[in-house]
Amino acid sequence: MLDRTIEPAFQQITDIHFIEAKKHLLSNQIPVFEVNAGEQDLVRIEFIFQNVAWEKSKPLLPSVCNSMLTEGTHSLSAAQIASKIDFYGAFFQTEYSFDQSSLTLFSLNKHVAHTLPIIKEMLTASIFPEKELNTFLRNQQQKLKVGLEKNSVLARRSFNRALFGDSLYGYPYELKDYDEVKRADLLAYYQEMYHPKNCTIIVSGKIQEETIAHLEQLFGSWSTEVTLKEFNINIQPDEQKWHDIEKPQALQSAIRLGISTVNRTHPDFMGLQVLNTVLGGYFGSRLMANIREDKGYTYGIGSANVTLQHAGFFFIASEVGADVCGATLTEIEKEIAILKTELIPNEELALVRNYLMGSLLGSLENAFSHADKFKNLYFYGLGYDYYDQYIQTIQNINAEELRALANKYWNFEDFYKVIVGKM
Amino acid sequence: MVKFERFILENGLRVLVHEDDTTPMAVLNILYDVGARDENPEQTGFAHLFEHLMFGGSINIPSYDEPLQRVGGENNAFTSNDMTNYYLTLPTSNLETAFWLESDRMLSLAFSEKSLEVQKNVVCEEFKQRYLNQPYGDVWLKLRPLVYQKHPYRWATIGKELSHIENAKIEDVKAFFKKHYNPQNAIMVVGGAVKLDQVKALAEKWFGPIPSGEKYVRNLPQEPVQNQEITEIVKADVPLNAIYKAFKMPGRMEAGYPAIDLISDILSQGKSSRLYQNLVQQNPVFSDIKAYNYGSLDTGMFVVEGRLSPEVKPEEADELIWKELESLKSEPVLPEELIKVKNKYESVKQFEEMSLLDKAMNLAYYELLGEANLVNTEINNYLKVSVADIQHYANALFSREKSTTLFYLAN
Repeated sequence: MLDRTIEPAFQQITDIHFIEAKKHLLSNQIPVFEVNAGEQDLVRIEFIFQNVAWEKSKPLLPSVCNSMLTEGTHSLSAAQIASKIDFYGAFFQTEYSFDQSSLTLFSLNKHVAHTLPIIKEMLTASIFPEKELNTFLRNQQQKLKVGLEKNSVLARRSFNRALFGDSLYGYPYELKDYDEVKRADLLAYYQEMYHPKNCTIIVSGKIQEETIAHLEQLFGSWSTEVTLKEFNINIQPDEQKWHDIEKPQALQSAIRLGISTVNRTHPDFMGLQVLNTVLGGYFGSRLMANIREDKGYTYGIGSANVTLQHAGFFFIASEVGADVCGATLTEIEKEIAILKTELIPNEELALVRNYLMGSLLGSLENAFSHADKFKNLYFYGLGYDYYDQYIQTIQNINAEELRALANKYWNFEDFYKVIVGKM
Repeated sequence: MVKFERFILENGLRVLVHEDDTTPMAVLNILYDVGARDENPEQTGFAHLFEHLMFGGSINIPSYDEPLQRVGGENNAFTSNDMTNYYLTLPTSNLETAFWLESDRMLSLAFSEKSLEVQKNVVCEEFKQRYLNQPYGDVWLKLRPLVYQKHPYRWATIGKELSHIENAKIEDVKAFFKKHYNPQNAIMVVGGAVKLDQVKALAEKWFGPIPSGEKYVRNLPQEPVQNQEITEIVKADVPLNAIYKAFKMPGRMEAGYPAIDLISDILSQGKSSRLYQNLVQQNPVFSDIKAYNYGSLDTGMFVVEGRLSPEVKPEEADELIWKELESLKSEPVLPEELIKVKNKYESVKQFEEMSLLDKAMNLAYYELLGEANLVNTEINNYLKVSVADIQHYANALFSREKSTTLFYLAN
């Protein structure tokens, strides 16, 4: 007779295999990293550029410049770019983040010879046509109007502003900023940003030799007169810790709490990842168990460590019933206090270790995910030994060390606390 | 190409196995053939609430999540109007834990009062977060009952109103479980670095002893053909005026579905699409507009929704949408336009095969549609669609008397 109360035996994960990126240089020294794996005849090619400048008077330049890459070049209109890419069943994606801006091509291998030249056009010959620019700015402005009606969006804006002030990391775009974007400024920023000295190419998928040859042929002689400058983010944290925005009609309040910490390059970061998991980093976390699964105050609550090239921070976020906002804050404070005073029980810590190992293993699903892991390292100047150490930390960090980290980084009085809705 | 094997246990549980040794992970996906369309009109939102309760402990295992996390696994689930799907991923070496957990909750739940109380609150907060406390969040709560008069698609998965969730009783939960959660109403897919024989043995061991239960026979009121235009205006605190226009369309496996799916791509996939080019880029009437269909198993919805640019009159914008739809009826699409959307479809299929979980979910979904191998062959139905088919189905679909339009206007 099958005894269903007894859990089947299970194994610890000990071995995690990373497919390491192989590097070569194009003739003009652009580094190309290849992660070659997979069965599907397709490839992802990312062109990544470090953000090189930001000014408060023109806060939208980097992001608009990135999005507008698809909107027209000397020889192709926006509609032609879109038609060509769509015709070959390919996708492209622009992405602007705090540290980098990128243009990514997803293409079937059999069409790379047709799709890659379009990417070259966008990176080397964009003209930011006035008509498309106006359409884009107007639509973004409309989108922001809708976003500003969402409590969670307002909370995130207010939180980032408190943490980083009016800097590239912290500035919350206003509707009027869209009126200040000028074509001439975009062209100048484009020259300064999108050039071979500031470019990294990452190729992942089932990579064919011809694809690499196309890269050399199209981008190997790309040149520039621009010299790379040092860029300081110039973070200016707010003195004031408490920020609330009252919304009398709110059914729920958005909560966002957190503090500046360290980024991936700091030796404490790996331990903080384990500590964060215990508090709010997975479905079984203490915050979820208490605030969702025991009290039913929310649909979800979570916490995370965010790593940026020039900063790191920790935050907790949730949307809770407006009547239980205060009670939720009390519970969050209580959970943090427990981690600072008591040791995490062995059984819970063992579960979190296994969960994190499974999660790391599961995050290496295909060539794209291996390439993403490489990016986590490369843009922080780290090597693959980082992951060896991370695995060591997951397996070996003890409860005393975790409690010490909670005391070192999580002083609740110093947390920025943002509430949007009703308190 | 997604390869798979199929076997059926004596109790009626269908099992599909997809061997993929490129990953160290395994997926176990169970689809239950029950969705919001199977609910009592007085107890809407129940299928989704029930999905939450499936994580509240089963007859022999007090916690579902904890043992799974302990072996390095993760899980989630979703409910739609048509089905409820549960999935978990874990390191292949711990595959048996997945069978242990999933078979116990198919056998019986713990039916804990505490879990019911808490999940009622959680789902009410989900209702507020996603449908009530968001700009335009309630649009489908308003639009569905306009489009559907008879069919239970007239309510959304989350339910008609908060009170239906608040009033749920443990007896209702037990009855729902008995009716829908048994081997005959389920499709299981196991994928990853697994072997057919291994899966057979584990399935026999853990799922074999579960009683087959009663087969649920679905008998839903079908939606009559619409022959009168429906228009409604709502006003709310939103920053932009919006238009939502819906047409009833064939179900997922009915004739015409692939052609109509491609019509939505011609209208709105990517920046080269007609709606974007004509109504956002060339003539900036909308700041955002899209067309899509719900892929429903019964009579579905083809939707055009757009947010208007300031200063544009809603009725003028509405006429411009009609102009685009009329042009599909009167003019054949360009052959390149049709090739383009077919190429994109083919490419999306390839990219989907990068993900083990997507493959497993697709196998379960297509098996529900009638045959898992459709995951590999359905593309032929798309490639066959001709320029004439597009025009034919555009004519069948887009007429005033079959349209439902909701003007969602700013106060």
